[in-house]
Amino acid sequence: MYKSAALLPLRPILLVGLAALLVLAPEASADLISPESGPSKNANDIDTLFKITLYIGIVIFLLVETTLIYSLIKFRARRQGAEAAQIRGNTPLEISWTIGAALILVMLATVTFVYLPGIKDPPASKASAIEAAEGSDYATINQKEPPGGNALEISVNAQQYIWRYDYEDSKDQLFSFHTLYAPVNTTVTLKIYSSDVVHSWWVPKLGGKADAVPGHTNETWFRADEEGTYEGTCAELCGEGHADMRTRVVVLPADEYEAWAEQQASDIKEAQDGLAEQREEREAADEDAGEVTPAQEKKTHKEEKNPPPPPGEEEGG
Amino acid sequence: MEATTVTRPRPEIIMRGYREAPKGWLGWLSTTDHKRIGIMYFAAALVFFVVGGAEALLMRLQLAQSESTLIDAQTYNGLVTMHGTTMVFLFVIPILAGFANYMVPLMIGARDMAFPRLNALSFWLLVTGGIVFYTSLFFEPPTAGWTMYAPLSDNAYLPDGGVDAWILLIHLTGASTLIGAINLIATIHNMRTRGMGWGRMPLFVWTVLVFSYLIVLAYPAIAAAVTMLLTDRHFDTAFFDPIGGGDPMLWQHLFWFFGHPEVYIMILPAFGIISEVLPVFARKPIFGYKAVAASTVAIAFLSMLVWAHHMFATPTATVVLGFFMISSMVIAVPTGIKIFNWIATLWRGSIVFKTPLYFAAGMVGLFTIGGITGVQLAVFPADWQLHDTYFVVAHLHYVLFGGSVFGIFAGIYYWFPKMSGRMLGEGLGKVSFWLMFVGFNLTFLIQHSAGMSGMPRRVYQYPDTGDLELYNLLSTIGSFVLGIGVVVTLVNIVRSVRNGKLAGNDPWQGNTLEWFTQSPPPPNNFDAIPAVRSVEPMKDIRREVAEGTGQQAGSVAQPVA
Repeated sequence: MYKSAALLPLRPILLVGLAALLVLAPEASADLISPESGPSKNANDIDTLFKITLYIGIVIFLLVETTLIYSLIKFRARRQGAEAAQIRGNTPLEISWTIGAALILVMLATVTFVYLPGIKDPPASKASAIEAAEGSDYATINQKEPPGGNALEISVNAQQYIWRYDYEDSKDQLFSFHTLYAPVNTTVTLKIYSSDVVHSWWVPKLGGKADAVPGHTNETWFRADEEGTYEGTCAELCGEGHADMRTRVVVLPADEYEAWAEQQASDIKEAQDGLAEQREEREAADEDAGEVTPAQEKKTHKEEKNPPPPPGEEEGG
Repeated sequence: MEATTVTRPRPEIIMRGYREAPKGWLGWLSTTDHKRIGIMYFAAALVFFVVGGAEALLMRLQLAQSESTLIDAQTYNGLVTMHGTTMVFLFVIPILAGFANYMVPLMIGARDMAFPRLNALSFWLLVTGGIVFYTSLFFEPPTAGWTMYAPLSDNAYLPDGGVDAWILLIHLTGASTLIGAINLIATIHNMRTRGMGWGRMPLFVWTVLVFSYLIVLAYPAIAAAVTMLLTDRHFDTAFFDPIGGGDPMLWQHLFWFFGHPEVYIMILPAFGIISEVLPVFARKPIFGYKAVAASTVAIAFLSMLVWAHHMFATPTATVVLGFFMISSMVIAVPTGIKIFNWIATLWRGSIVFKTPLYFAAGMVGLFTIGGITGVQLAVFPADWQLHDTYFVVAHLHYVLFGGSVFGIFAGIYYWFPKMSGRMLGEGLGKVSFWLMFVGFNLTFLIQHSAGMSGMPRRVYQYPDTGDLELYNLLSTIGSFVLGIGVVVTLVNIVRSVRNGKLAGNDPWQGNTLEWFTQSPPPPNNFDAIPAVRSVEPMKDIRREVAEGTGQQAGSVAQPVA
């Protein structure tokens, strides 16, 4: 008989390591051991859920790896060492670790379903939110409407290699490319679709990603409780420009957001008027030259290039 | 010697139409011997391993710095696609097929595979597939990732022939793998030696059997999918094109219906190798033989039910996501059983520290990490953050490299003496192990953090935010350490083929029948095949010899003819 002398000096080190890990883990910079979070509840809940899985994982990891390393050290072949014990199994032991593993997973699944509504269902906007339009009227099996209906609805149209944001509640057909502007404390529901290949909308600090699949509408939401600029990117390989298909969400105080919306609307109108003017000039010039149809042709061509309406709307109609 | 010796009549096998195999390279080209085919599988797979590894190192070089301009976007996407495809279809599967080819007939006491010519066909189809795929380097390599998501892989977006080369690769290697699997199933069902019931079959053979059935179930899905992709590209069908009434989601479902069983196809024989190596080097029987065999079957069954956990971010009803989360978690139970049983096999053993044991123990340790992150990814709300990021890249490499490749390396060190008649160098083997182990963890552990900090996978550039650049630099350094570790083993193989220490029939005191015959085994494997009375026939034989002669039997294999 020999004791586990080889391992005894290691034991305190292991214990200290374990303690240090558990103490330091929450202290460590958030993105080292868990997903991004901060301004939005869905991202925060995902972060918490992930940490629960992580802590359970760390316990299992330490259990398995220390037993493995302990066995390797303690039971190495030695001269005059013990003969290998010819054990072929131990049914009660095997049944109990099977049940143990299953119980941990049942627990994890339960915790997931507890956290799911907070991540999946958009909450109401805060009292200080801007007065958004009457929520959205689309039917969906997936994402609930925010209670009270006071939410901003924005369509996200992914295309190689840029994001187009349409502000559905604005009366001026407001849109922007690359950067999404949103008011603080306001629930923003996103309808995500693609006009070419599969993309994925992902702004890590504002929650999980949602794939943009052609022919489908996907949904997600965020409610940024802090002003700021949040970087995001396309998360599904979409071609040559995939890595450059980045995006940004700028969260502004309510008044600044409204000022932006006004400015953007007038900029768009100005640009469109300018284009219309050019078109008229060209048509006039074409008529002078005796050609009849190019304007008509140009118009149909332009319509094709426009993104198709989100299928959700068609289905709803 | 003595007059009392009774000469019993020797049974003679009469062979008709026997032709001597041609010598030299023609002999290799025309061979139907499972052992030569196995060795050719090995050689081909290792060549592709080097190529795929070089592609990985090029990507790591590019990512060492943020916004790097060493490699352009399309070249990088090509590397992504070639690396993934090569490692899956041209390295891991073929090298496992090589092990199965070489070892299964020996372990079950058969003289060859059930269909030797089909066996040769499946090898040559594999080589053809690899060549067809790599010729795309000369025009336009595919750039849509090894998952080849529609509609990016449609000709509207990638009209060049690279995707077609990939489709042909899938068809050729798919046919190769299917034929090989059917051959293995027929062999294992019909050609086991006297006494080898299901409960006495070596665990490696169990995993190969289950691997083969999984291939038969999963590969037709990808064959159908790539055929549909081919007609979408060239014959105006619209299976995956929403404008024509198709659906890109169909591609994802079909791909992953194949793709997830494929993951287990790539790991199960590695599990089998571990289940062979650990008992031999712990000098102990496997702990819970039945549980280990049964968990293999359970994993295979469940692996058919988890595919949509690759699609948690797609527009899919929550109830479906919930189902696939639970099924993915359930699969962790039989996998956990294996890990517990392996550790229990080491427990109270008398562990001999040779290189195969290093790799096997390393595999158990690393695969555990991949298993834990796998459960984290199954929690679908968490997956909305982790999906398609470097967290997933890290997870899949812990499973496929830490799991499969470390298992494969354990198998190489364990069975090389049988295949070549010579030992691999122990010193180089241990150096290789430690370089690979340290390099691997340095490369991939930090990638979890890169993913959680917002770095998606398959990007050739990333912004210099937070510590991303540091994470990536560490990872790149680690990848080169890992690469050097792999090269050390390759050097070891090349040196030992000619100059290694002679192995003898049974250098490890193995448990299974392949150690009964010579190293390397003669063309028909066995002179006389012993009857099997337990799951460790070589132990029985050694004991009988020891009882008969009164002394410890070293190597008791059949006498050299």
